[in-house]
Amino acid sequence: MVSSGRLLVSETGLQTRIFFRTAVAAFFTLVFPLMFLVMINFFVPDGPDPSAPASQYITPALAVFGMVTATFTNLAINTSMARDEGILKRVAGTPLPMATHLGGRIVSATLVGLLSVTLMLFVGWVLFDVEITWSAMPMFALLLVFGAGTFSALGLAVAAVTPSARAAPAIANFVVLPLAFISGVFFPLDDAPQWLQTVAGLLPLEPLATAAIDTFNSNQVGFPTGAFVSLLAWGAVGLGVALRFFSYEPSEGGRGRRRPRSQSSG
Amino acid sequence: MLRCTPLPIDETVMPAVRVRGLTKSYGSTRAVDGVDFDIEEGEVVAILGPNGAGKTTAVEMIEGFRRPDSGEIEVLGANPADRDRSLLDRIGIVLQQSGIEEELTVAESIAAQSRVYSKPKPLDWTIQSVGLEEKRDERIKSLSGGQRRRLDLALALVGSPELLFLDEPTTGFDPAARRHSWEAIRGLAADGTTIVLTTHYLEEAQELADRVIVMARGAIVASGPPDDLGDRRAGATTIRFRVDHEGAAALGVEPGPGGAVEIASDDPVPLVARITSTAVERGISLSGLEVSRLTLEEAYLRLVGGEGGE
Repeated sequence: MVSSGRLLVSETGLQTRIFFRTAVAAFFTLVFPLMFLVMINFFVPDGPDPSAPASQYITPALAVFGMVTATFTNLAINTSMARDEGILKRVAGTPLPMATHLGGRIVSATLVGLLSVTLMLFVGWVLFDVEITWSAMPMFALLLVFGAGTFSALGLAVAAVTPSARAAPAIANFVVLPLAFISGVFFPLDDAPQWLQTVAGLLPLEPLATAAIDTFNSNQVGFPTGAFVSLLAWGAVGLGVALRFFSYEPSEGGRGRRRPRSQSSG
Repeated sequence: MLRCTPLPIDETVMPAVRVRGLTKSYGSTRAVDGVDFDIEEGEVVAILGPNGAGKTTAVEMIEGFRRPDSGEIEVLGANPADRDRSLLDRIGIVLQQSGIEEELTVAESIAAQSRVYSKPKPLDWTIQSVGLEEKRDERIKSLSGGQRRRLDLALALVGSPELLFLDEPTTGFDPAARRHSWEAIRGLAADGTTIVLTTHYLEEAQELADRVIVMARGAIVASGPPDDLGDRRAGATTIRFRVDHEGAAALGVEPGPGGAVEIASDDPVPLVARITSTAVERGISLSGLEVSRLTLEEAYLRLVGGEGGE
């Protein structure tokens, strides 16, 4: 039997290749967050701290947004599509374990997310004078990778409960964009009503974004315990929902979307 | 002194697939209603039946995709519902409908699939055996329906399966594409692969199968070599001729309009001998005399109760 480790590497490579060949996905994942960076920096040049430009706040925040897009949004859409097209059912009929296949999708999405983050920091540094504190980078990266795990689990949970892949993009964006707004990803939350800040703090994105922004801008790196606890808890919720509702069988709503065969026998 | 000798176990006696009392209902519909059969190693068996006969439901239970309501299934000695990796390593599955990552090329897709099996076939051999050499480096999204179906077959056979399931492998093909796939399937059968295929094409069953299992309304209505279908060999021979009024009286038959006579018989030889010898003796003309067996299609339609496959 082929080892699961080798299969995971092979599946990751395959999914990454597919991602870069799907122009729309690559564009939205890598370019969309950059567009926000450029626009927000042009329109809101002043940040919450008068001594630092807005870019110093918005760049790490959008790096988190980029990671969430690469994992949560892409996995929710691609996995439900793969299910409805019968790709997952084909996998289920082979000795490739489903967990390894999905693991390949998650690792690939995380790698793409790290690329998105790197691009974000690079563009921030080149265009908007973002100052990068190298000693903070390991903790910043750790937060993002942890976040990738949590948001991958949540993405698979959305895919699992989505009735049809056609609904997946709408559902994923309906979740991500408001969540990003109330989590201080596009602008600081400081002026928002207290109840909204409380709600946001209970959701998975705000603790991650805040910890990432603070870590990015600090010289003495503390351990953002609260953010990690939140990520672990939401990761467990995502995984639980995904495991409970996941099916490799195409859902009724998505059946026959592609080239319906004229006959389907019982 | 007692000597313990191990019982002689003849591996060849164990069938590749053993199905007993298989049932599956969806709501109040009994999709599969008490099905039993064995498939021997190296056999090519076609499960033939009209749409809705329960073929796919039965096969997907044998493949381990669906759990039966009741009954036993053994595939290469294992229970397929356990979805054990070592079993999945030994079988190949072409589903009736399954998706594929369209951005990959034919070669990439087959190579990726081959990596999950412990005994993969060489890539070039696999591509060649389904006749996709010219499409080797094309993206899958550019393939025609027939080419995709042949790729499905390649993906199912790249793991050197001992047992191959093909669920309607050529539905919707043009005749040339169908012949091409048949060649590939025959090649696998010649190598000793056990093949279970479902089809609603009679011709496909006849071309490929050693044995045909006919299903209708969830149950097996006949099983045997294609030529024996519906006891074609023994019965249902039809004798047809036209005869004038006196001739009919002499032969003791009741002609229909235009003097047409049609006699169905299970034992046609003495009957034909009697009719022809009487005709020769009395100088009766038997125009258009014809002795024909029930065609395979007629036999099949009779078995499935007139529900045509197409």
